[in-house]
Amino acid sequence: MKKKPEDYSHIKGWGIDADPENEPTYPIKKYTGDDHQRLSYAKPPQQPSKVEILHSNERPGLTSVFGTSSPPSGLSGLIRRHAFTYSEGNWGHWLSLILADRINVWEGIASDLLHGHIPNIFAERGWNAELKYNKKGAIQKVVTGVLVTTVAAGLLYQLTRKKKKTNWL
Amino acid sequence: MIAMNFRGPFRVRADRNKPDPVIEHPEDAIVRVTRSCICGSDLHLYHGLVPDTRVGTTFGHEFTGEVVEVGSSIKNLKVGDHVLVPFNIACGVCPFCKQELYGNCHESNPEATAVGGIFGYSHTAGGFDGGQAEYVRVPFADVGPMVIPPDLDLDDAVLLTDVVPTGYQAAEMGGIKEGDTVVVFGAGPVGIMAAKCSWLFGAGRVIIIDQLEYRLEFAQRFAQCEAYNFRSLSDPVLFLKKTTDYFGADVCIDAVGCEAAGSTLQTITGRKTLLQAGSATALHWAINSVKKGGIVSIVGVYGPTGNLIPIGNVVNKGITIRANQASVKRLLPKLIEHIRAGRLNPKEIITHRVPLEEVSDAYHIFSRKLDNCIKTILIPPSARA
Repeated sequence: MKKKPEDYSHIKGWGIDADPENEPTYPIKKYTGDDHQRLSYAKPPQQPSKVEILHSNERPGLTSVFGTSSPPSGLSGLIRRHAFTYSEGNWGHWLSLILADRINVWEGIASDLLHGHIPNIFAERGWNAELKYNKKGAIQKVVTGVLVTTVAAGLLYQLTRKKKKTNWL
Repeated sequence: MIAMNFRGPFRVRADRNKPDPVIEHPEDAIVRVTRSCICGSDLHLYHGLVPDTRVGTTFGHEFTGEVVEVGSSIKNLKVGDHVLVPFNIACGVCPFCKQELYGNCHESNPEATAVGGIFGYSHTAGGFDGGQAEYVRVPFADVGPMVIPPDLDLDDAVLLTDVVPTGYQAAEMGGIKEGDTVVVFGAGPVGIMAAKCSWLFGAGRVIIIDQLEYRLEFAQRFAQCEAYNFRSLSDPVLFLKKTTDYFGADVCIDAVGCEAAGSTLQTITGRKTLLQAGSATALHWAINSVKKGGIVSIVGVYGPTGNLIPIGNVVNKGITIRANQASVKRLLPKLIEHIRAGRLNPKEIITHRVPLEEVSDAYHIFSRKLDNCIKTILIPPSARA
């Protein structure tokens, strides 16, 4: 609760240099002093929670509304739940979420296949547009990819072959 | 319904079987989308740079649409209204909303306290599905959405949901004084708009910096500003110092954010290995190019972890840094007046109109800057009929 000036009467000079014009947030913020209410304002009605919603540990609970898209699930969901045990100021929070995001990509492919859908990764990556607007670049990329793969496969084959010969000896 | 569906970094598709959204709160509305844009900040999600971007979510925070259903508490909107929907989800009653910080609402994002809810912008911004779809759920529909005035072009209206207010607020936060030299880093849609709006505050000289010639040419024409390619400058900071009589710019605006090019160290640590929250090259240049006691205004989007910037120079030069997500609702009345008076003509920045079904190609074109792309609008099938 906000204190009154008389509550500070024991502090000599309290508020004597206060300048209401010193408001560097103007005009972005229309300062009203409402910040001093903290979280005691009248909140909007609470959205019912029908799916699992993770919330930052820097707040006491859910917000009045929230999105219900893609609730946490699978291995990525486990990692996300772990991530939310850290505060937002902690790298463990964000790095865990990035790890979960990467795992989630493979879960997405698995889910597609389980539902009988083979993802068209060529189309999903928009390579049709690359072919249309940057045919030369697209061909260069494909040729480079084929060359790198061929060289890598050749090297791997050679290494494996030598290893086998050594074993025989 | 048809909706954009994120499948992983650099992979999106038009999902034809996404369930229609439903009313989940008495202050919700369901909107049938008529226009939605791909924002430059959507590319940060698309490139996998924003933590907690889950497979299956739908992006899109810039959209217009027709109200098709309202929750039991909605008073200001009715079915059939054609609305533009600010990208911020704002309750209107928390201390931040009451002080017009609509981009910092405390009741719309449980997942993070550092950012308010944003449509289609990962679970870090609330986990809401976005407007790159046929239908979208709009929470707190009595607060954010605005019925589109009949004399306002729909293309201008959709750009008022983010690009124009963000560009305008970038200039506003610069505290531009008459005659000031303003340097804008980034000639994307927001940077171009920031350069254009800087004149409205009385700038004496506006300079825009980027690496893409076609965007610089457009910016020069659209925003009537000077445009320079940093690839042709050996040292952009030194160039800006020299061109301001070795004094520094009065105001620098970072309209790039976490995918800035121009520094190998920043690119490797920020974009390739994610050791920092994106590449902060533009912000680095802004801090070093501004004068002592100058102002750096940041609207470029960065991730939540941390960035390599010369904070010592901020202290020693006495720089004021001002930054925020645009408070769209606060700025709309003023910006609509600017459009009506012909001072701003946002729809000129639209270069591509793509059916929603071709969303994969649209993202790739925007991401790779193909076909001289500046701003892409997605149009759902029902809006094309």
